[in-house]
Amino acid sequence: MSDEKIEKASKIDLDRTDMPKQPPEIRRHNFNEVALGYTEELAIKEAKRCLQCKKPRCKTGCPVEIDIPDFISCIVKGDFAGGIKKIKEKNCLPAVCGRVCPQETQCESKCILTNKKGEIAIGRLERFLADWEAKQGKIDIPKKAKPTGKKVAVVGSGPAGITVAGDLILLGHEVTIFEALHRAGGVLTYGIPEFRLPKAIVAREVDYIKMLGVKVITDFVVGKTRSIDELLEEFDAVFIGTGAGLPWFMNIPGENLNGVYSANEYLTRMNLMQGYRFPMSSTPVRKHMKVAVVGGGNVAMDSARTALRMGAEEVRIIYRRSHAELPARLEESENAEEEGVIFNMLTLPVRYIGDERGWLKEIECIKMELGEPDASGRRRPIEVPNSNFRIAMDAVVCAIGNSPNPLVPSTTPGLETTRHGTLVADPETGKTTRDRVWAGGDIVTGAATVILAMGAGRKAARSIHEYLMNKG
Amino acid sequence: MNKIIERKMIVPNMHLIEIEAPDIAKKVRPGQFVIVRPDDEGERIPLSVADWDTEKGTITIIFMEVGASTGSLASLNAGEAVATCVGPLGNYTEIKKYGTVMCIAGCYGIGSIYPVARALKEAGNNILTVIEARSSYLIYWLDRFIPISEKIFTITRDGSLGYKGHMKRLPDILHSLPAFPDLIIVNGCTYLMAHTSHVTKEMGISTIVNLNPIMIDGTGMCGVCRVTVAGKMKFACVDGPEFNGHDVDWKEFLARRKAYMEEETLFFRRSEPKTKIHKEGECQV
Ligand SMILES: Cc1cc2nc3c(=O)[nH]c(=O)nc-3n(C[C@H](O)[C@H](O)[C@H](O)COP(=O)(O)OP(=O)(O)OC[C@H]3O[C@@H](n4cnc5c(N)ncnc54)[C@H](O)[C@@H]3O)c2cc1C
Ligand SMILES: Cc1cc2nc3c(=O)[nH]c(=O)nc-3n(C[C@H](O)[C@H](O)[C@H](O)COP(=O)(O)OP(=O)(O)OC[C@H]3O[C@@H](n4cnc5c(N)ncnc54)[C@H](O)[C@@H]3O)c2cc1C
Ligand code: SF4
Ligand code: SF4
Ligand code: FES
Repeated sequence: MSDEKIEKASKIDLDRTDMPKQPPEIRRHNFNEVALGYTEELAIKEAKRCLQCKKPRCKTGCPVEIDIPDFISCIVKGDFAGGIKKIKEKNCLPAVCGRVCPQETQCESKCILTNKKGEIAIGRLERFLADWEAKQGKIDIPKKAKPTGKKVAVVGSGPAGITVAGDLILLGHEVTIFEALHRAGGVLTYGIPEFRLPKAIVAREVDYIKMLGVKVITDFVVGKTRSIDELLEEFDAVFIGTGAGLPWFMNIPGENLNGVYSANEYLTRMNLMQGYRFPMSSTPVRKHMKVAVVGGGNVAMDSARTALRMGAEEVRIIYRRSHAELPARLEESENAEEEGVIFNMLTLPVRYIGDERGWLKEIECIKMELGEPDASGRRRPIEVPNSNFRIAMDAVVCAIGNSPNPLVPSTTPGLETTRHGTLVADPETGKTTRDRVWAGGDIVTGAATVILAMGAGRKAARSIHEYLMNKG
Repeated sequence: MNKIIERKMIVPNMHLIEIEAPDIAKKVRPGQFVIVRPDDEGERIPLSVADWDTEKGTITIIFMEVGASTGSLASLNAGEAVATCVGPLGNYTEIKKYGTVMCIAGCYGIGSIYPVARALKEAGNNILTVIEARSSYLIYWLDRFIPISEKIFTITRDGSLGYKGHMKRLPDILHSLPAFPDLIIVNGCTYLMAHTSHVTKEMGISTIVNLNPIMIDGTGMCGVCRVTVAGKMKFACVDGPEFNGHDVDWKEFLARRKAYMEEETLFFRRSEPKTKIHKEGECQV
């Protein structure tokens, strides 16, 4: 190493700036956001650590390729308006992504400082800028292209649908979103809880695309209220972004007892239906004292932490592999642990046992151990014979996964699906096997992430635009 | 938001509501339902479509006031609006020529089975109608059933009209016929459907029920509506709501139906000032 390089390396600050959080013993009793965000001082302090690499590796880890060093250098200069503009060139939902992107496996995992365990907190900085912009009160409305007279229907209002709609409206097309539920936002609205992603933020993003002129029609189930073919009579192109909303169950005895929920039901009751305000809201929610959550992903963590906040005294995560294999974001499983969630690793429920009134009373589990790696590269869990045991529980939330809802494919002739129920679509353009129909997000990939859904939406928007402009 | 064209109490505690919903009116078929949210704070509740007018663009629902949401629905009037009305959901009744079809209904089911009976009649079936109620004054829409039915039987708890008693009298009716019907369709409260299924299973008469579990989204997303049918897990909102009554696990179904009983009572107590609750015609505002 040359002297100059050593000099520079020694100046490298590897101390990630912590983001203030509500203390665990307080936050486990409220639904307010856990992480409080950087102040301007903290943001600048963190931004200053960035080396402004000539060939920024961080950028390659971001599915939408945000110009990360550029927006960070804006923060260093105190030019927050410039910073958020930079991000928005590539990402229309920064307040959401800054909060829920799995940064540790995406942008931050590629940061040059990661080897030294001092990666730049890119997500937190992104969130800071988005929140700063919202606080200014006035939102920059970009200029729209001249009206093209073309009409596009977007099915589903999750991150994929929002991105497609936002991009196409700016290009001068008329865009209408059709959403089955009564509130727009997809999983961001009905799934991810308030304490991780405040609903006001999602509402702001939806209002923003409405402000741009996108029509949002809620309470409209495509495939029931109108079919894709009927939409094609009125619209020049259709984008399907219906997500992966069909809950899996385990097919074990007792699964239909009262007190056994799918994570979708549990979280929808709390978020979309505002069950956490019961009895002030009219969605009935049963108060459970001992809640087990089966699964180890983000959905499981969200369910477990919601259960704590609903007043449960004992909340357990039951997962069939070990800690190392937990698919949830590290930050989320750590938050859950801090808040008091108990982790029962290498454990698999085999039977639910009810009382005489049909309510869950106990879970019978079996112990697991890790064998050889399976197709996913993770070590396969195998049952330990005769290791069955029971835990007394009055509710269990099943969070073992979701697959795409078959409603749209089954009512659209010619729309091909894979054997996993996902739609067949070109990964580069989102084109499906039906003319004038595009798709993207979880409906194509299976349950994935917000940023990937947005990325897919962006590609589809580009392809739809090209098609509409060439069609004459 | 969907505008209310009309809302009236047709018999004590039973309301008719006509809602503007042109998209649904165009699409709906017999046996399907909608999900309604009375106001922006409200819960989503499934309700069968009892009639529709494609030209006017409206649908009609008959509902019984039993709890918080049906309570606030009953307090709405013409000119006001419901926050949500989405559908048509669920599969529709398979309408074809079966021969003789017996339509058994009680409570709100009298309304929701009507379009089924009408369509079956148009498809060339003989319709036998059985209506069950606590007393004759709770029976409605007889005038609609008379023109389409070969015969109408009524069972009233107090014997004020037709057979005296409750569904236990169904075998008497069935045995009074020259031949058993080719198909029975039942719609109404859970006990009515469960009991009918038990009786007809023994007699070997095919029976279709229109299940009414708790629901949230109505599109297969939450799984709260799951029922066990012929040993398999089904979601009533997308696989049903109609199922073969002989295959339904009724014990489990009844237990799931009551899941929120205690919480619903709690809500009632807390929210008294907000919702006006009608009880048998006496309005306790
Ligand atoms: C609890 C939970 C936590 C998560 N946490 C994270 C996280 O921390 N980070 C992360 O990156 N990802 C997370 N995810 C995953 C992420 O939310 C999804 O990958 C993403 O939302 C997919 O976006 P989408 O636009 O494809 O679909 P969705 O967000 O699922 O939206 C689809 C929309 O389409 C609507 N729809 C469905 N069918 C119809 C129809 N027939 N007609 C009209 N509308 C219809 C649905 O109601 C829904 O609103 C989480 C998911 C869940 C459930
Ligand atoms: C597919 C489907 C179609 C339906 N169609 C209709 C319809 O056309 N008209 C209609 O009135 N209802 C219908 N229902 C039932 C209706 O959804 C419920 O009555 C409604 O959800 C009650 O909501 P609530 O908040 O007013 O009462 P809740 O507060 O949810 O319930 C109050 C109490 O009444 C009991 N209860 C609820 N419903 C009934 C009932 N139907 N009979 C007896 N006791 C009951 C509950 O167990 C509870 O103890 C249907 C249900 C389904 C799934
Ligand atoms: S969008 Fe997500 S992956 Fe891209 S920079 Fe922001 S936090 Fe990182
Ligand atoms: S890799 Fe890390 S240090 Fe380099 S520009 Fe990106 S964030 Fe900054
Ligand atoms: S009502 Fe949610 S899956 Fe049927």
